[in-house]
Amino acid sequence: MSGFRALLHKEILRFWKVGFQTVAAPVLTSLLYLLIFSSVLDTQTRINGVRYMSFMIPGLIMMSVLQNAFANSSSSLIQSKVTGSVIFVLLPPIGYVEFFAAYMTAAALRGVMVGVGVFAVTCGFSPLTFAAPGWILAFFVVGGALMGAFGIVAGIWADKFDQLAGFQNFLVMPLTMLSGVFYSIHSLPPFWQKVSHFNPVFYMIDGFRYGFFGVSDAAPELSLAVGLASLLVVATVALLMLRSGYKLRV
Amino acid sequence: MGTAVSFQNVRKTFGALCAIDDISLEIGEGEFFGLLGPNGAGKTTLISCLAGLARADSGKLSVMGFDVVRDYRETRRRLGVVPQELVFDPFFTVRETLRIQSGYFGVRGNDAWIDELLENLDLSQKADVNLRSLSGGMKRRVLIAQALVHKPQVIVLDEPTAGVDVELRQILWQFIRRLNREGHTVILTTHYLEEAESLCERIAMLNHGRIVALDTTRNLLSENANRMLSMRLKNGNLLPEALRDRAVLDKGSWVFRLNTLEDIEPLLAAVRESAQVFEELQLLQTDLEDVFVRVMHTNEGSGENHPKRDPE
Repeated sequence: MSGFRALLHKEILRFWKVGFQTVAAPVLTSLLYLLIFSSVLDTQTRINGVRYMSFMIPGLIMMSVLQNAFANSSSSLIQSKVTGSVIFVLLPPIGYVEFFAAYMTAAALRGVMVGVGVFAVTCGFSPLTFAAPGWILAFFVVGGALMGAFGIVAGIWADKFDQLAGFQNFLVMPLTMLSGVFYSIHSLPPFWQKVSHFNPVFYMIDGFRYGFFGVSDAAPELSLAVGLASLLVVATVALLMLRSGYKLRV
Repeated sequence: MGTAVSFQNVRKTFGALCAIDDISLEIGEGEFFGLLGPNGAGKTTLISCLAGLARADSGKLSVMGFDVVRDYRETRRRLGVVPQELVFDPFFTVRETLRIQSGYFGVRGNDAWIDELLENLDLSQKADVNLRSLSGGMKRRVLIAQALVHKPQVIVLDEPTAGVDVELRQILWQFIRRLNREGHTVILTTHYLEEAESLCERIAMLNHGRIVALDTTRNLLSENANRMLSMRLKNGNLLPEALRDRAVLDKGSWVFRLNTLEDIEPLLAAVRESAQVFEELQLLQTDLEDVFVRVMHTNEGSGENHPKRDPE
């Protein structure tokens, strides 16, 4: 357990020391999204009975949670691999489960911190309700953990920064952008509605939004189940990688 | 004396390259042990297998009686490794780095020892400086402190003085000698043979992943003794005919190869009898470098007996 605690502490300290870049910057980005999209689109648009600007806020919060959780674990791992400082965490008696848990927790925490930041700067722009706060909390945790774990897989797999950037630009970015952050998938043609249902990120955003407005495209129970199942799959992959020492121990 | 580190029939290959070829070796508790060999001999791979950074293909490795795979927590707690590469985490100050590293090993409230490390490695002034802004030599000191932060029973130094100034070398050896006196086992790989000669009680020489010599430093030096007598005669004096074909003329001095020290007397007698006078007489001693070169040379020569060694 001491290894987990120390590694978690180090991972939190790592992103906190560059908080301007890891927390403040993504909050600003989300604020810009909100201001631009809403000023262009928010005439009298309503989605599921909710004002467009209000509809967008939870989506932006969850998108920030997911992207930043992924960025945290993946960039920490790739940086330490490329610079060689990864040996500092490979030499001590830290078990692979502790290793996984520490990186995932720190990543989820950064995701949630950015999410809370986005909430803080956007909530004044449009009225929000909290129909089911329990769901908000659940999706915060599951979303952050899922992408934190996914970041571990990507960070271990990638040998170079550009491989990781590929992961981020061609997988994480499209999955989050095409997940209903800016629209309800009911406004999509039937084919793309079907495709969206294979995107786990859609469920994270949809379920999170349910926590605010009590309405969603999919049932929140289904969304949570998809999130947990995805987490289980990704965590298993990450743990297997870590146990075998894949790309970390030759 | 118990066994601190044991390698039993350890093998490790990287593709077609056999980095470690069936190495067996025991290092006693409290020993100051040297691992010598040219680049690519397998020294770092051997250390990596011991530290869990690499996994041996076969064989058994243990630290203080614990198996490095099965009881990895026990072995890693007892092992402190100073890596060869100058690596650092650019996010933290020196003190933060050492505190974090302590935590990884489950050592809390370690500030007294951290202060002692900083003092002994002459780092106290830099305690609150970020690693990024330290010079190479200072970063090297931090690496050493990091390896010692959990007071490991076995200290492994992988070429710790490569590219390091004289001052740090002295500071480092003084400190490591003290830890060795206090009972810590020290394993050192180095390119500086004079360092190994003066520090290590026992030495293993590696080449192509095999141990080609393993003995106490003293035995290695005396068994490979290659003494030579160099004599310069007074101007105009000539070496007696009888001795000419036994000597080599080197910059005005006649150099004789000796098998034993007893070979000296007949040489001197022969010169005296011919009424010649010495201007200078010198007995040249072997050092570890000679032994190293000779052992490596012999080993290369018998390479064809071990076809696996050379993947090409």
